[in-house]
Amino acid sequence: MPTQQQTTDEVLDLAAAHFKVPRESLSADDDFFKKLGIDSLQALSMLTRLEQHFNVELPDYELQGVSDFRTLAERIQSRL
Amino acid sequence: MKSFSGNAISWEVRDGAIEVALHREPANEIGTQSLEEFERLASALPVLEESAHALIIYSKMSPGFSAGGDLRELHRRIGETERQAALAGIRDFHQRIHRVMNVLDASPLTTIAAVHGIVFGGGLELALTCDLIIADKTARFCFPELRLGLIPGFGGIPRLKRDLGNAVVRDLLLTGRSFNTTKAQQIGLVSQVVAEGEALRAARATAAQLGKFDRTTAAAAKKFIKPIPYDELRQEIEIVIELYSRPAVQAALKKFVESTDAQPYLP
Repeated sequence: MPTQQQTTDEVLDLAAAHFKVPRESLSADDDFFKKLGIDSLQALSMLTRLEQHFNVELPDYELQGVSDFRTLAERIQSRL
Repeated sequence: MKSFSGNAISWEVRDGAIEVALHREPANEIGTQSLEEFERLASALPVLEESAHALIIYSKMSPGFSAGGDLRELHRRIGETERQAALAGIRDFHQRIHRVMNVLDASPLTTIAAVHGIVFGGGLELALTCDLIIADKTARFCFPELRLGLIPGFGGIPRLKRDLGNAVVRDLLLTGRSFNTTKAQQIGLVSQVVAEGEALRAARATAAQLGKFDRTTAAAAKKFIKPIPYDELRQEIEIVIELYSRPAVQAALKKFVESTDAQPYLP
């Protein structure tokens, strides 16, 4: 199983690729709504991509109030 | 009318398939204008069906297939008119959309929803009228209505109950959670999952295959396999109208429409 750090790094890699922004512009504690300028539906599209990559199912209500990559990665890690 | 180009939907017959494109900004929300154009489609179907063996519904909008009912229009309708008149208007809208959905559901053609991105609420209900759902990997499905104090109102629950196991229906309805194509295929909602941007191509290939079959036989098989739950559909309208009359629903709609939160779908 990947470590929490590895999962966080993969989340950042995927977010950067999904929204076509430089990987180095993103860090774990960024608010992804603000940093990427995305809305809830775009966040759901990222969630879909993350679920497929990690082969997990993450109910969106577990993401209520979650807006930073680190906490998002923790939620994913809890389902691995 | 062999083809039609409206503000919300368009259609044309191509290689024996009626292709219905959804293209209302921003995400194919279904309001009065969409309804009127869907009613035109329903009226045109008997003639179109003479020169087609399949019907494909797909979206040209990048966010997805459809975000569902137009909640902003609904909120305006409730806010601008006297309460009883507003409820009568909502009832009329639901009765009309049910008629359209029932026509699509009962079409003798084999019908395919080719979906991507968001397939939420009324959008999922539209897809559920189809015989097959072909989804690309970006598709995400959801019945978020309970989050607004409502239940799906375009025939969603009776059709979901018809097609899926009750435990699955309870999970999707009572949690209001969204789910991806892996889950959708696992529970039997989606028949094919394809790569991003390939749903329409796969739907056309499927329609071409269906064109090899005798239409009378295919229509007879469909009628036998896919009963339409008319009684439950009528009950659904009554429950929806009763729920709309609650102040809590009006407050939830207002909160959703006026929300500046990045996550309005996650109350």
